Amino acid sequence: MFNQYALHHAWLIPLLPAFAFIFVGFFLRRLPAVAGFVSICMSLLSFILSLGVGYGVIARQITVDNPLVQKIPWVSIAGFQADMGVYVDPISAMMLVVVSLVALLVQIYSLGYMRGDNGFGRFFAYLSLFAASMLGLVIAVNFVQLFVFWELVGLCSYLLIGFYFNKVSAREAAKKAFITTRIGDFGLLIGILFLQILFGTLDFQQLAATVPTYVMQHGTALLTIVALLIFLGPIGKSGQFPLHVWLPDAMEGPTPVSALIHAATMVVAGVYLVARAFFLFSVLPDAMAVIAWIGAFTACFAASIAFTQRDIKRILAYSTISQLGYMMLALGVGSVTASMFHLMTHAFFKALMFLAAGAVLHALPEKNDIFTMGGLRHKMPVTFAAMTIGVLAISGIPPFAGFFSKDEILLAVAQVSTPLYTIAVVTSFMTAFYMARLLIVVFCGEEKPENQPHEAPLSMRIPLIVLGVLAVIGGYIPYANNFGDWVRFGAAVHEGIDFSVAATSTVIAILAMCLAWFIYGNGMVRSDKISRRFRIFYKVSFHKYYIDELYLWFNHTFVDGFGKLLYWLELHFVEAILIKVAASLPVKLGNVVRKSQNGNLQRYGLVMFGAMILVVVWLVLLNPLFNGVAGGAY
Amino acid sequence: MNIALLTSEIAVVILALLIIIFDLLLPRQETRRSLGAFAVCGLLGILVYTFSQYGISATVYHGFFVVDTFALFFKQLFIVATILTLLFSLDYVEKMTRNAGEFYALLLLGLVGMMVMASATDLLTLFVGLELMTIVFYVLVGFDLKSVKSSEAGIKYAILGSASSAVFLYGVSWIYGFTGNIMLSQIAEHITASPAVLFGMGLMIAGFCFKLSIVPFHMWAPDVYEGAPIPVTAMLAMASKAAGFAIVLRVFFVAFNDLQMYWLPIVSALAGLSMVVGIVGAIWQKNTKRMLAYSSIAQAGYILSGMLAANPAGVKGMLVYAVLYMVANVGAFAVTLAVYNQCGSDDIEDLSGLSQKSPLLAVVMTVSLMSMAGLPPMAGFVGKMYIFMAIADSGYLWLAILGLVMSMISVYYYILVVRAMYSNAVKDQQIFTMSGSLRIVALLSLIATLFIGIYPAPLATLANAAAMALW
Repeated sequence: MFNQYALHHAWLIPLLPAFAFIFVGFFLRRLPAVAGFVSICMSLLSFILSLGVGYGVIARQITVDNPLVQKIPWVSIAGFQADMGVYVDPISAMMLVVVSLVALLVQIYSLGYMRGDNGFGRFFAYLSLFAASMLGLVIAVNFVQLFVFWELVGLCSYLLIGFYFNKVSAREAAKKAFITTRIGDFGLLIGILFLQILFGTLDFQQLAATVPTYVMQHGTALLTIVALLIFLGPIGKSGQFPLHVWLPDAMEGPTPVSALIHAATMVVAGVYLVARAFFLFSVLPDAMAVIAWIGAFTACFAASIAFTQRDIKRILAYSTISQLGYMMLALGVGSVTASMFHLMTHAFFKALMFLAAGAVLHALPEKNDIFTMGGLRHKMPVTFAAMTIGVLAISGIPPFAGFFSKDEILLAVAQVSTPLYTIAVVTSFMTAFYMARLLIVVFCGEEKPENQPHEAPLSMRIPLIVLGVLAVIGGYIPYANNFGDWVRFGAAVHEGIDFSVAATSTVIAILAMCLAWFIYGNGMVRSDKISRRFRIFYKVSFHKYYIDELYLWFNHTFVDGFGKLLYWLELHFVEAILIKVAASLPVKLGNVVRKSQNGNLQRYGLVMFGAMILVVVWLVLLNPLFNGVAGGAY
Repeated sequence: MNIALLTSEIAVVILALLIIIFDLLLPRQETRRSLGAFAVCGLLGILVYTFSQYGISATVYHGFFVVDTFALFFKQLFIVATILTLLFSLDYVEKMTRNAGEFYALLLLGLVGMMVMASATDLLTLFVGLELMTIVFYVLVGFDLKSVKSSEAGIKYAILGSASSAVFLYGVSWIYGFTGNIMLSQIAEHITASPAVLFGMGLMIAGFCFKLSIVPFHMWAPDVYEGAPIPVTAMLAMASKAAGFAIVLRVFFVAFNDLQMYWLPIVSALAGLSMVVGIVGAIWQKNTKRMLAYSSIAQAGYILSGMLAANPAGVKGMLVYAVLYMVANVGAFAVTLAVYNQCGSDDIEDLSGLSQKSPLLAVVMTVSLMSMAGLPPMAGFVGKMYIFMAIADSGYLWLAILGLVMSMISVYYYILVVRAMYSNAVKDQQIFTMSGSLRIVALLSLIATLFIGIYPAPLATLANAAAMALW
């Protein structure tokens, strides 16, 4: 009964938080308690509906091959049809549950984290809008709907990163995020336009039906370009190299935002887009190779930066980039299952880690360098437990959630390409190392006397506990229940766990963690010695491969230079000649019109009758000239 | 003969008569607001009733009067426009005149004229409806006896309007003379491209263009719009123009359909001229109503250009545009009226600092103007898109481009108004008051403009059904 209702009212899922946004944003901003209550209620409702949808998908045997699609026409003109609707299949159902759950938990967490903040109501309004946009994106039936919500998600990200808009760094970070992702979105838009031109439709189902025939007839050359243009969108949104630079800076936003947007949901929009449009990518081997290599490179590259970072949230940010690279890699080697599985487990354990980091920052305000913390495990046991679970999960230690999904990815990669597999394994070593480093430095060792930490309030502990449980069981339970039968593309693959792959990754992770313990835990190896020995590597990694500096230099030299040229043109050509002429024309013409309107009835009559004569003369005398002798009974 | 098809027209007439009677019964010093409210309630009932007529396609009086989706679409538009106008002008009418009852009754009779026009399928019925509407408007334009401007406008409108009616009737007589028919469908069967028929058609075009205030038959519009009482200006801009389009569409796509090659070039020239003159004319205006008058000339040009597609898609665009233009104008005129009530004048300058005095009205005005300028996500964008796509497909790309350029220029003077509301300092510190009904109308206009802009499909479907009724 309920799942039936949920399936047919899935459109309510994004709509409820949207209502919350309107109410809270426009009417309840000044009433923090009510604002929080309304937002959380709406999120809870949409989570319950999402659960209903998830259950309905299983109960009614809705698979990726026969999705439940409901839509209404939005804009229809000859040759172009855009619908708004709901696309329910196991993939979107899983996304709905994950997104609405994390959104709900983050809102509960924010009750405590944002308490007393002046922008409390505004914060909840933005969070609700964000949840609405992301949920709308997930259920999109075509590229238009997807793009609309995609942009809305980008807007929310901008608003939330720049939430503390009095801080210069927050403003700059918000702009950076918006502009960087915009570069990718531009490619996405052009790709979508190409699809409309090539296929005459943007509907996922219709495209999926026509793409294979098109490839048979016309080959893959043009389509590969289109697919890569579309892939630019995910590169920007999901922080893939080389458009990853916005994500670490986005940590300027409040920490719950980092957990919600920059870990669990928004950044995976790009991964989801590729999975949703997999009918397109899967027939284009070249595009797939690009995706796989970009993913692998991003994973390794970001992990090597996280090695040396000192800001707790930045470490997590780079690990997010790295994990997103894993997901892209899985997609690139053709395994939607592995990618989506990792997306889900990552949402749990990364949100968990961010929220735990938020609890740390809440306890130690004005600090974010991990080396100024230390020994927090005594005063913050729940947070310590949460972070430990998160670290074990992301490192791929069995039986935590990350082990199963990571293993799935490694297995899929191993079957396709050995170089990629090597990169993935190296990355998993680095991941385990820097995560262990974070855990050890922050929570173990001596307590710093100047710190006065305290455990997080109840509203913040509840989400930590829920997510902690999920980060433990979120891998095994789906694995045991044949996750791959539901979330897949094409035929289901039954691999199970490959013992050698699993053992390798586990052993490597444990080795990395031991190494971290020797360096940061008991100090057997002095970290400053290592950094001095490998001075160049350390500096390059610490400065994030100077990518930001490179972009800055490029910006200063080329963009600003080009801007100067354009400014000169504008000043001496456009403004001086074009604008003056173009602006004075309508103004002068308007003056003529105004002057002709002198209020005299006689003149009005004269103009009217004159015009009448012109019309008649044109019709009767001139038309035959134009049309030869047209018609004519006489 | 199924007289039931005339129910809605008869009901409006009865409503008008009842208002006259009640007006007599009410004590002299009593407020006439109740009469306005009564008219609104009656019209709401009639509006609901008209929904039951969808799906009918039948004629009365030997085929002189038709009820089809096309007619219904326009009738509902007129009724809604009248309801909204009445709602926002209750205070104003009370202040303006002691004969408020007659004002309401006349407005309703004008509405009857429009409804007859929407249903007319022969030239005489059409003319009767047209005259009923225009004569009522002659009176209404000059209704504000205390204002010299209003009287002047009334006289001007009456003289020029009569002249144009005469021209129109003369054209009708030529058509009748050379086709032997006044039924539109019959004319279509007997029509030939003889000079005499073309002559008659030319005169009819002139007559129509006067009612639609198409350049160069527009000279009356700025003066009359400025002088007339605000609710009358609103009705002139929204309903009377739409009624004109209703008959133009029927006459040209039913009776003169075979002569398309003759009238299409003229229509394209007239539409283009209207866009240009309407928009450049508005640049210099200091008076809100006068600015809206020029803007309405341009909007008429936009709507008229939809005819060039000569297919249901173009007509659909016109109908959608007519609706959203009405919606946007309701908002703009409601705000103008609220400001007039406050400071007794309707210059753009008086809007200064409105955003601080009444944020709601400032938003409504902004959204309405941006809708007229055609910015997404306001409704005007959708309307322009439908029309321009339809005519570009039919080979009138140049006109679509001209329309786009003119839209860009129009943003300039719309933005001037917005700037006055948001940037200029408040002049007087009086507390801003407005009636509840005006607030409701302003909100409705705001919501409708945004709704149509974001989700145009329902309106487009309805308009499409109405447009198909012509073919």
